[in-house]
Amino acid sequence: MTEYLLLVVYAVLVNNILLAQFLGNCPFLGTSQKMSTATGMAMAVIFVLTCAGVITWAVQWYVLVPLELEYLQTIAFILVIAALVQLVEIVLQKTAPALYSALGIFLPLITTNCAVLGVAIINIKEDYDFMHTVVFSFASAIGFGLALVLFAGLRERFALSRMPKPLQGTVSGLITAGLMALAFQGFLKLGEG
Amino acid sequence: MEVLAAALVIGGIGTVAAIGLGVAAKVFAVYIDPKVIEVDEALPGANCGGCGFTGCAAAATAVVKGKAPANVCIVGGQEVAEAVAGIMGMSVEEGEVGIAELGCKYDVRTAHLLFDYDGVEDCRAAALVNGGGKVCSMGCLGFGTCISACQFGALYRGADGLPAVIKERCTACGACERICPKGIIRVQTPSRKFTHIQTDDDCVAPCQATCPAQIDIPAYIAAIGQGDYESAVCIIKESNPFPLVCGRVCPHVCESACRRNDIDEPVNINHLKRFAADFEMNSGKRFLPQVLPPNGKRVAIIGGGPSGLTCAYYLARMGYQVKVFEAMPKPGGMLLYGIPEYRLPKKTLAWEIDGILELGVEIECNKALGKDFTIEDLYEQGYDAVYLAVGAWDSRRLGVPGEQDFPQVASGTEFLIKRGLGEETPVGRDVIIVGGGNTAMDAARTSWRLGAENVYLLYRRSRKEMPANDIEVDEGEHEGIKYHFLAAPTKLVGKDGKLDAMEFLKMELGEPDASGRRRPVPIEGSETDIQANNVFSAIGQSPDLTCLDAEGVASELNRTKWNSIVAADGTMQTDVSNIFSGGDAWRGAATAVEAIRDGRFAARSISLFLSGEELTLPSNWYAKAPKLPGIDEGINLDKSDRAKMIELSVDDRRMNFNEVELGITEEMAKKESGRCLQCGEVCYQGYREKAS
Repeated sequence: MTEYLLLVVYAVLVNNILLAQFLGNCPFLGTSQKMSTATGMAMAVIFVLTCAGVITWAVQWYVLVPLELEYLQTIAFILVIAALVQLVEIVLQKTAPALYSALGIFLPLITTNCAVLGVAIINIKEDYDFMHTVVFSFASAIGFGLALVLFAGLRERFALSRMPKPLQGTVSGLITAGLMALAFQGFLKLGEG
Repeated sequence: MEVLAAALVIGGIGTVAAIGLGVAAKVFAVYIDPKVIEVDEALPGANCGGCGFTGCAAAATAVVKGKAPANVCIVGGQEVAEAVAGIMGMSVEEGEVGIAELGCKYDVRTAHLLFDYDGVEDCRAAALVNGGGKVCSMGCLGFGTCISACQFGALYRGADGLPAVIKERCTACGACERICPKGIIRVQTPSRKFTHIQTDDDCVAPCQATCPAQIDIPAYIAAIGQGDYESAVCIIKESNPFPLVCGRVCPHVCESACRRNDIDEPVNINHLKRFAADFEMNSGKRFLPQVLPPNGKRVAIIGGGPSGLTCAYYLARMGYQVKVFEAMPKPGGMLLYGIPEYRLPKKTLAWEIDGILELGVEIECNKALGKDFTIEDLYEQGYDAVYLAVGAWDSRRLGVPGEQDFPQVASGTEFLIKRGLGEETPVGRDVIIVGGGNTAMDAARTSWRLGAENVYLLYRRSRKEMPANDIEVDEGEHEGIKYHFLAAPTKLVGKDGKLDAMEFLKMELGEPDASGRRRPVPIEGSETDIQANNVFSAIGQSPDLTCLDAEGVASELNRTKWNSIVAADGTMQTDVSNIFSGGDAWRGAATAVEAIRDGRFAARSISLFLSGEELTLPSNWYAKAPKLPGIDEGINLDKSDRAKMIELSVDDRRMNFNEVELGITEEMAKKESGRCLQCGEVCYQGYREKAS
């Protein structure tokens, strides 16, 4: 149990997918202007990342490894994730229309999200077993959501503050993202020893 | 060999995924209107959200539902708009054109300031601090956040510091509305305006707050001042489709709320309205409003009076197919059959009603509910909702001995209705009217015009308490009506079915009653006789609801103890969810302008009800106008004379029914409009200059 807890802390804080691994930065900047958008995106990522982690793990260990085709990992994962997102969209639209409209446009946006692919590949690289894969995928997504929501909170305040014109928008966003990443470095030794 | 294996595996995964998706698409298929898909394909697919919807698919759904116009897409331009319009089978122009409008007249610098604000120059930031810190909780904060939010450069800071709109550039995208923390700048369409119910959040002048119809009075007066009479008429018709009628018969409570009362005399609001309306009629061209394409829903309106026709007018503008069922031979209700020719010429009324019918409103006269058809018949004919506005056509009897014995004794409404039907209504030398309302005055002044030598009006309270419009009482006096205040009839005397006289008792005013008016108490032994050839009683009217004495739906409509229909104020919904009621049938005998209010409110409710939306009222709407502050102490504004209506001389009124009030001239109207202080809720013109 402690092992899983440590894995969660590691994925959420120490090795945050956004602020330590620098994956998924496009939605980080693109969907963080408003808190409502940011939470929508976070929810969608949590949902898809957990599913994708499991499916890609299965593809790796039950298709690619037995056939000795590990070098096809990237292309196979992209294919699987894209199909998965489409499938999730279709199923959700029918079975949970409320959730579907809440996630809205963010679901298809995730199809090409590098954070999703990144976590899938890390799962394999680290030789995680099935449970570890589930926990790590879910926790990474939580980390993504945490960073995104914190960032959106800051940016909502920026909109109300006096700021020189050249710094407005993405510029101040990038600077803030850098500072946040620096802050997250403080967790670096957490969980060790 | 390895290449083949790789291709097979990737191909295999692809095939499995494709088959999975195909199966899922079949199993989890959701029905989407093919039109939505078509429209979605016609849109650019940029998902920019500039239109206010979350993505192109949402916008496409809205277009097909009729919630958004064909030109919803702000990046696609004319080409996309035409493509969408083509799919929807309508022209691009058919959707309503919206435009951003600022609901504040005076900005931070002019309006009352509670304290100096020195924070971030952004309205949203300022709004966080005590609502902007102004006495006026709804005023524009003036930092121009909406201006920077506009993607199209359609807003700029005007000379007065308030945001101004460049109409040609505004795409009605609503970005300004969404960013404004105070809800002041809004994208307005005519239907959004006429389905609006005033709330405490609206900045309205005292006159507009008081007007039952909630007409934007300062706006149309300003338009008259600029010589733009067409706009003035259109502004009035966003709340009241009867400017010709109301400009003549309205008791104009707005004028008693006018801030000018604190300086000199109120602005002659009602006659300015009449001037603009007369201008339209005399121009020979109707200013027809935009009518939305038919939405296929049908509404039946029972009663072609002011309330029913108002409801029909607004529903027609929203694309509903409306049919009015009128029991009398002609539409107009009490406006036609109750108000005499010299106050409201039949020709003028007919012109106004024709304008409403020209919007595609059907009407069937001589069709009475309960006699010629039932509510169930309407359902069978495919009507989705019903507006019951049958008026108050029953009159109260005097209840004195002899009332039933003489044909010369009738109610004022019976007398006026007969005239309205064009029947002969001769009166004798001495005519007595009992009552103090407008019907009594109408009967009295009509009798005088028909040649009666002595017209007496008996009222049981004093002149101050008379419910009739002041102007009516004054004009009646000019025409020689003899008033007997504090008098109540006790007996009608005559011989062989011929009336000779009426006996009455003098009264004095005692303690105030529930209505706050002092109750009249008879003085013992003060019986007096007046000679009388005719007696008309006008002591109250109530709805005649015998039309609802039927089995089925009609029996489910509850009634009040005053024999009016039970309906919720504001929504006008009765105890049967798709039946609405208003006007005199709901409130008891009242004024035309109140009936018009009910008609418009009912149109709003019917539209919400038929589009399947929740039928609610804004939480802070008001049925009775709030008391707004007057002119601040220590401010002296210039005095000016109120425009006086030009009238027919008393000698020219005898033995004819020519209209007494002749209207004011253009020059007078322009001058009078200049007297308007263009008030907001707390602000008014000249406040700053005079205060400093």
